[in-house]
Amino acid sequence: MRQFPAFVKKEFYHIFRDRRTLLILFGMPVVQIILFGYAITNEIRHAEIAVLDQANDYYSNRLVNKIGASGYFKITRALRNEREIEEAFRNGSIKVALVLPKNFGYDFYHGRKAPVQLLTDASDPNSASTLLNYATAIINNYQQEMMGDQQLPLTIDVQPRMLYNPALKGVFMFVPGVMTLILMLVSAMMTSITITREKETGTMEILLVSPLSPGKIIVGKVVPYILLSFINALIILGLGVFLFGMPVKGSLLLLLMECGLFVLTALTLGILISTITASQQAAMMISMVGLLMPTMLLSGFVFPLESMPLPLRILANVFPAKWFIIILKDVMLKGSGLPGIWQPTAVLCGMTILFIALSVRNFKTRLA
Amino acid sequence: MQPIVINSICKQFGKLSALNNVSFTVEEGELFGLIGPDGAGKSTLFRILTTLLLADKGSASVMGLDVVKDYKRIRRSVGYMPGRFSLYQDLSVEENLAFFATIFNTTVAANYDLVRDIYVQIEPFKKRPAGKLSGGMKQKLALCCALIHKPSVLFPDEPTTGVDPVSRKEFWEMLQRLKQKGITILVSTPYMDEAVLCDRIALIQKGALMDIDTPQGIIQRFRQPLWAVSADRRYELMEDVNKYPDTASSYAFGEHLHVTLKSGEAGEAALKQHLSRHRGLSVERTQAGIEDCFMFLMQEQNQ
Repeated sequence: MRQFPAFVKKEFYHIFRDRRTLLILFGMPVVQIILFGYAITNEIRHAEIAVLDQANDYYSNRLVNKIGASGYFKITRALRNEREIEEAFRNGSIKVALVLPKNFGYDFYHGRKAPVQLLTDASDPNSASTLLNYATAIINNYQQEMMGDQQLPLTIDVQPRMLYNPALKGVFMFVPGVMTLILMLVSAMMTSITITREKETGTMEILLVSPLSPGKIIVGKVVPYILLSFINALIILGLGVFLFGMPVKGSLLLLLMECGLFVLTALTLGILISTITASQQAAMMISMVGLLMPTMLLSGFVFPLESMPLPLRILANVFPAKWFIIILKDVMLKGSGLPGIWQPTAVLCGMTILFIALSVRNFKTRLA
Repeated sequence: MQPIVINSICKQFGKLSALNNVSFTVEEGELFGLIGPDGAGKSTLFRILTTLLLADKGSASVMGLDVVKDYKRIRRSVGYMPGRFSLYQDLSVEENLAFFATIFNTTVAANYDLVRDIYVQIEPFKKRPAGKLSGGMKQKLALCCALIHKPSVLFPDEPTTGVDPVSRKEFWEMLQRLKQKGITILVSTPYMDEAVLCDRIALIQKGALMDIDTPQGIIQRFRQPLWAVSADRRYELMEDVNKYPDTASSYAFGEHLHVTLKSGEAGEAALKQHLSRHRGLSVERTQAGIEDCFMFLMQEQNQ
């Protein structure tokens, strides 16, 4: 029984001697987390705003300062007349223009109605409406401040509360997504490639003509990737928690066990891919197109599943990624226990068993 | 017990018939050569015998075990060296050897005397990744790995293809030594000159066996008189001989043409006469080699 450890050791040699494999294994998770965390985000910070303050009185200045101090906006230009607005949008990088009319402060207190105009660059509709919301919120806030505690009769007082993610941090969304993506990539793609590589280089021929059973060959090839994927999951979790303040409200043990389950699902999928392809190229293509794209697009990671047409929503159920993201969010953000996530867990278990069964059926003990 | 018995094996790849009704046996302790050009079906036969492929028709046994039913037991006791270099290129020489020893449930130390003669030649490079070895070194390492579990039958598939002449010679000496240690060897090669180094050979072409015998036996059966013809301007000589109506066959062998005549021995004078205008002409009777026999049999097969 020294066969098996020797086989696993050999597999580690392959991994640690191939720089590209190492880079994909450990470079990519860190780069992706940092990219999604800092660069690729739909949160708004320091959007450039231009101000045409025709009143230039105490009240208008206070409003402008308030907007500038909010953190969401950065006042980059003070405009002098209306013609400059258009020009500022065209030349500059401003996203919003704020126009305050003459007699702003006077109207506010005496006319009881002070108009404020907000212009936004709606070529990007999502950020335009987000910016509008932010700006409107700041202005409303200012209005209340000015009015003091004055109570209007008959008002509906909306008291919103953002559950599970009160600060609306995008990080809470992408950490589960990136984790799913990386585990899928490392586990499924790397295992399918490493097995097909043996076929391509002809070493599978020698391995088959040896006392090693095909089952042992496959398990031996996969064990190192189980370990490495799990380490990857820990790295991503660590970065999410310590760098971006992602909470883990549920049980850490449960979370890790679910990660283990998903790694297994992805690995068996990788094995299945390797049993139906003969070359590394083909295995990579199938993993990329068949797994990465759906993991990105159809898992609820980038685009919300709820707003997709029905056929796509049904299709999304086929990919393990969707279920794992549900599990991650529930455990990390809502603090669910196993009773709350038994359904997606069962789906993943079922998929794993299915993939194993299909792989065993497809695996060839001979070359053709 | 005959270690290798092959019984009317047929194998088809789509429309291509890779092996057509091939039968022969290899005796215990024999060095048996399968001689034929690329694409003759040698590797396919090797893969059927090493249980990697299933034949369409016919049966075969290795060590008395059926290649289909008892494939697991065969895999434990044979040594297979594929035609393509199939070791781990990123593992060093000694790591490769240790790995293959371990998966066969043995150790390098236990069977070291079997591979020692070969291994000492590559030992200076034992820390080098297998992918960075020269062609001859790679084959020596592959042989070591195929031998490390002390197989009773060894299947080296084209071990000397792409190997320099010196290493080729060394390689055959190694096979001879292994034979003396009682290992039955079925070796394939496209090089006709290596045929005489085998105890018996089978000539294979387009998936069919053309002849099986000792190399001497095959040569002796070649009864036509054969001439080695050469002249200063080789190409013109070749054209001339090919056009000569009495020519039965003509093949280029190095700087000579090997020619047989339809009229046999009686035609020699007329041939010399016909070619007399060539400068530096030499027409001499010569002894047939395996290659002549192969060409002759191939011509017969094609007709």
